[in-house]
Amino acid sequence: MRRRVTLSINGDAVTREVEPRLLLSDFIRHEAGLTGTHVGCEHGVCGACTIRLDGAPVRSCLIFAVQAEGHEVRTVESLGTPDALSVLQQAFRDAHGLQCGYCTPGILMTMTAFLEENPDPGEEAVRHALSGNLCRCTGYQHIVDAVLLAAKRLRETA
Amino acid sequence: MKPAPFDWHAPESVAEALALKARHGEDARFLAGGQSLVPAMNFRIAQPAVLVDLNRVAGLDAIAVGADGSLTIGAMARNAAIERHAGAVKSHPILAEALHEVAHPQVRNRGTLGGNLSHADPASEMPAVMLALAARFLIRSARGERQVAAAEFFLGPLTTALELDEMLAEIRLPPLPPRSGTAWLEIARRRGEYAMMGVAAVVTRDAAGICTAVRLACCSAGPTPMAAPKAAASLVGTKLTDADLAQAAALLKQEIAPTGSVQASPAYQRHLAGVIAARALATAWERAA
Amino acid sequence: METRQIGRPLTRNEDPRLLTGRALFVDDVELPGMLHAAFLRSPHARAAIRSIDTDAAKARAGVVAVITAEDLGEYWQPGPLLVPPPPIKGMVFRQRCQVPLAKGEVRHVGEPVVMVVAESRYVAEDAVGDIVVEYEPLPPVIGLEAALSSDSPRVHADLPDNIAADVHQAKGDYAAARAKAAHLIRRRFTYDRGASNPMETRGIVAQWDHKAEKLTVWDTTQAPVFIRNGLAAMLGLSERQVRVVAPFIGGGFGPKMMMFYPEEVLVPWMALRLDRPVKWIEDRLEHFTATTQERSQVHDCELALDARGKILGVRDDFLMDTGAYNPYGLTVPLNSQCTLLNCYDVPAYDSRFRAIYTNRTLVTPYRGAGRQHGIFVMERMLDAAARELGLDRAEIRRRNLIPADAFPYHNELIYQDFAPLTYDSGNYAPILDKALHAIGYAEFAAEKAKARAEGRHLGLGVVCYVEGTGIGPYEGAKVRVQASGKVTLATGVGTQGQGHFTSFAQVVAEQLGVDVRDVEVTTGDTDVFDWGAGTFASRGAVVTGSAAHGAAVEVRTKILKTAAEHFECAEADLVLADGAVSIAGVPENRITLGELARLANPMRGAVKPGTVPGLEATSYFGPQMGATAAGAHAMVIEIDAQTMRPTILRYVVVHDCGTVLNPLILSGQIQGGVAQGIGNAFFEELVWTDDGQLLNASLADYLLPTALDVPRMDVLHTETPSPLNPLGTKGAGEGGAIPVGALFAQAIEDALDLPARGIEVSEIPLSPSRLWEICNPSG
Ligand SMILES: Cc1cc2nc3c(=O)[nH]c(=O)nc-3n(C[C@H](O)[C@H](O)[C@H](O)COP(=O)(O)OP(=O)(O)OC[C@H]3O[C@@H](n4cnc5c(N)ncnc54)[C@H](O)[C@@H]3O)c2cc1C
Ligand code: FES
Ligand code: FES
Repeated sequence: MRRRVTLSINGDAVTREVEPRLLLSDFIRHEAGLTGTHVGCEHGVCGACTIRLDGAPVRSCLIFAVQAEGHEVRTVESLGTPDALSVLQQAFRDAHGLQCGYCTPGILMTMTAFLEENPDPGEEAVRHALSGNLCRCTGYQHIVDAVLLAAKRLRETA
Repeated sequence: MKPAPFDWHAPESVAEALALKARHGEDARFLAGGQSLVPAMNFRIAQPAVLVDLNRVAGLDAIAVGADGSLTIGAMARNAAIERHAGAVKSHPILAEALHEVAHPQVRNRGTLGGNLSHADPASEMPAVMLALAARFLIRSARGERQVAAAEFFLGPLTTALELDEMLAEIRLPPLPPRSGTAWLEIARRRGEYAMMGVAAVVTRDAAGICTAVRLACCSAGPTPMAAPKAAASLVGTKLTDADLAQAAALLKQEIAPTGSVQASPAYQRHLAGVIAARALATAWERAA
Repeated sequence: METRQIGRPLTRNEDPRLLTGRALFVDDVELPGMLHAAFLRSPHARAAIRSIDTDAAKARAGVVAVITAEDLGEYWQPGPLLVPPPPIKGMVFRQRCQVPLAKGEVRHVGEPVVMVVAESRYVAEDAVGDIVVEYEPLPPVIGLEAALSSDSPRVHADLPDNIAADVHQAKGDYAAARAKAAHLIRRRFTYDRGASNPMETRGIVAQWDHKAEKLTVWDTTQAPVFIRNGLAAMLGLSERQVRVVAPFIGGGFGPKMMMFYPEEVLVPWMALRLDRPVKWIEDRLEHFTATTQERSQVHDCELALDARGKILGVRDDFLMDTGAYNPYGLTVPLNSQCTLLNCYDVPAYDSRFRAIYTNRTLVTPYRGAGRQHGIFVMERMLDAAARELGLDRAEIRRRNLIPADAFPYHNELIYQDFAPLTYDSGNYAPILDKALHAIGYAEFAAEKAKARAEGRHLGLGVVCYVEGTGIGPYEGAKVRVQASGKVTLATGVGTQGQGHFTSFAQVVAEQLGVDVRDVEVTTGDTDVFDWGAGTFASRGAVVTGSAAHGAAVEVRTKILKTAAEHFECAEADLVLADGAVSIAGVPENRITLGELARLANPMRGAVKPGTVPGLEATSYFGPQMGATAAGAHAMVIEIDAQTMRPTILRYVVVHDCGTVLNPLILSGQIQGGVAQGIGNAFFEELVWTDDGQLLNASLADYLLPTALDVPRMDVLHTETPSPLNPLGTKGAGEGGAIPVGALFAQAIEDALDLPARGIEVSEIPLSPSRLWEICNPSG
């Protein structure tokens, strides 16, 4: 029943023998050891598990790992490092866009893609884009501020 | 919340997919975007023994606008792709308007129109939109192919006219006549939520500003998407004045059969239907100008 | 020059790790040979267990153990009573605590019955599906009032009825107050359940190292020290043999404070028995019935006022659903009882509550912890009174606020911290005025009329609240200067996103003259610090912050003493700043903290007798009682009168929690609290059937507010320091959430002119559908 799959995660090839039922979220976290991607519901609602599949933000809890073969997976670990945060990550820090930080990786992956397509968004657009990610701590205001701040900084350096 | 074991097949052609489905029958399910099926599997509400994954099948995701303004959409076209397809947005703007209310961007990046319609959730937006647009569905199996009108496709909650070996292959939307306007309106508790009530309105007027045709359909209004032909017919020949709209809304409320949910009582749903049907019709009428 | 660190809006020390996915959460713990647990849980609210057949599960490949209550032998014990009730005269209190696995009878949906341990969570869940349990369903106890009737079934057969507690408290003479009242207002209110739903569910990993004879447990708990002590006792190990780590936690909000959850008892036991690491991560479905929830309450209240609208007294009688067990004692209903008095001068109060056992999930504190219920009742009563007296709603509040010169103000009732309820400090009138001004209260009538002319329905709400915070018993902190010059701070509390790595660092940096980035904070690791109670009741900043302050002051003293000896000068001549000590006016005469740390811990030579090595100190802080924070919320809402969909147009919070440690973190706490309050008021509702089944156990059906549902808010502060701790601070964790239900009710009534139609909103949670029903009683 097990199959050998090779996934490309953040540019690295990861080969494992897995059951077809293994969720991509579990593959990323427990097979590839990239635990930055979080799991909050396993039914597609919370957005904590959001990763980019061929560039598009998707729920990794609603995809089987075997399905991702031949596609490009990107996770939060592909953004900045603690010493060199990405512009969006830095803006989250500056605007206090996170508290417990559990929802944050999914939000970063969603909003990184959003800002690539929408370099100059208004608050409403940011809130719409965010509405597929639940955060139980912040009340969202500082997240919205962080995204708007990042957009501004990205425009200034573009 | 981990799925039960299954065998996974990822055919690359329609013929292969149909053969697999024919072979495994009841035990097998097609896997499209997985945005309804995989949550159900994670809850172990669904435990298919075999998955026939359509994601690698070539040629199922085309979106094409015909010279006459008709639109064909492959079953595996992602909701996000339809929403962004310039031709589709122009020929049938209600599609993008309704899709915008279907879940969230991340879910639409994966979910497909074919999967949504095959799933046949009466609370879903798209089946109602299909009724209002008089869609026809191309259905294929190893035995051959057939076409079914949207009105004959949805048989009950999560139940369609698809036989065990059949696949929904393509959605065909006839062109909208000139001077037509459409509107999708829904009331959900949160954005991206299944609606407590949703109404699709398609109206056409003549050069003199008289209404010549109306189609109305609702989601979350009964066991299937619910058309409201009497309400629609009452508007033909009128100018959709407030009084006309009120009368149509009253008729529509009689034509639907909402059953209630944890979010809304049936009485409230029926009330909402009247309110938003009138609003959707008014918007569509304006757009038809 | 000393730089002030307290009060600065510093960005957080913990963020780089969290933002890059490098912070350790419990489910990130990966150990060789690790096994995974899953639980078979009761599908019934109440049933007798006739038989359990685990043979097929045991036979499944990959299954390592299948355990029922019988298999636990002596280890099967009801959990400890976590919070014993305070000594209140004449009260009835009947404790029944949760058990590790149900034996004989199940008492709520989700109660664990069988534990499975397997090579993967997938296989463990397969095996759960193999188990056959024969239940005999019994009629459950669900409704509060029905539970009291003499022919009601009983949740605990060994008790005479379903009453878990019956408590009466009084202040002054209500009967006398009532006799002289010009107005008596009587109302009934219901306030229903909610679930905390932190984005990270609960989880536990346990590892037994048989060579070191040491058990390590990673737990999403808010109280690691208690878990460590309890586990050691239960497992017959010494406390030194057990290490509990609460690493980064993805939100707590109270229910992660509950102890001991059955899984917390079982997973470590399994790891010991199997000598292999075991992991259990709660899934969201389990969370909805296995993690403790908020309470349902029904209040019958009477308010006595004089002709001018001054409160003479309040009488309240309420029922509270405590669920199937009550390990948390009386904390929640006492909070409701005490907080009901709010920020008002109430000379007479007569309050009784009964906590009722039901066949529903356990009730323990969740953000607000019963305070919102009390506030809801009092604020709704004042709204009704204002109408009856023809008074403005702001005016009736202003007339009743406790005057600024009346502090400390005694409310006499016994509070959850066992001390008579006393408000330490406060100045309430400026809070209300600021809120009224910021929301545009004076201009609102015109704004509303103008909107109405356009067919739009605008309503304004303004409510006040208090928040008892920072209760004891105590917390501790250990501060040490390392040879590198960096400072470490260790505490026993866990952290769930409150920014402790930063706010505690600020407290220490302020004393030690170091960069806040150079203070490394460790929380929630019992091998590093193992005294303390936990993060709850908005006490982290107050109690632990004060302990950190105390330890830092001691270390500062040591630094100056060591430096004075080094420079052979008086301590008064020294300046401690920028990570070094120098002689005032001679900045080149300077020694770094790192060098001083080495001097204080010499490798050779003699030290004076009695010298304690190192620049280190441990300090404990226990407040004599809780500090009372206060605030007001105001909002303008627009409601579509046909669909009942609300849109919040403006939202103002004015908050007074004494000295502010970090305004950035504080505003985040408040905004997050408001979001949960909005969820509670208008989105979140646990829908149960009459037979105790939860109908909406998923995040698709239980609606947490999204970025589109929570408005931008204006957060303003006033600062009335608390005299109870050296920092002057009060807690702020719950204030955002507490008054929102009352605020929604008032604003909605205003927008739809409901009182004029003889309709009042006297329940929470609301929804568009429910609101429509309230407004259209005949359908
Ligand atoms: C958080 C969240 C919110 C959502 N909100 C909404 C919402 O508001 N409105 C809404 O309408 N939907 C909503 N959805 C569902 C979403 O739209 C799904 O994408 C859709 O219902 C199913 O499409 P899919 O491609 O994902 O199909 P799948 O989940 O892959 O399949 C669904 C079913 O259809 C069958 N099937 C799939 N394709 C075919 C085919 N070509 N022929 C025959 N059978 C087929 C499958 O076997 C399965 O039984 C939501 C989903 C999530 C996770
Ligand atoms: S874990 Fe995937 S959406 Fe919640
Ligand atoms: S920061 Fe805790 S869930 Fe978002």
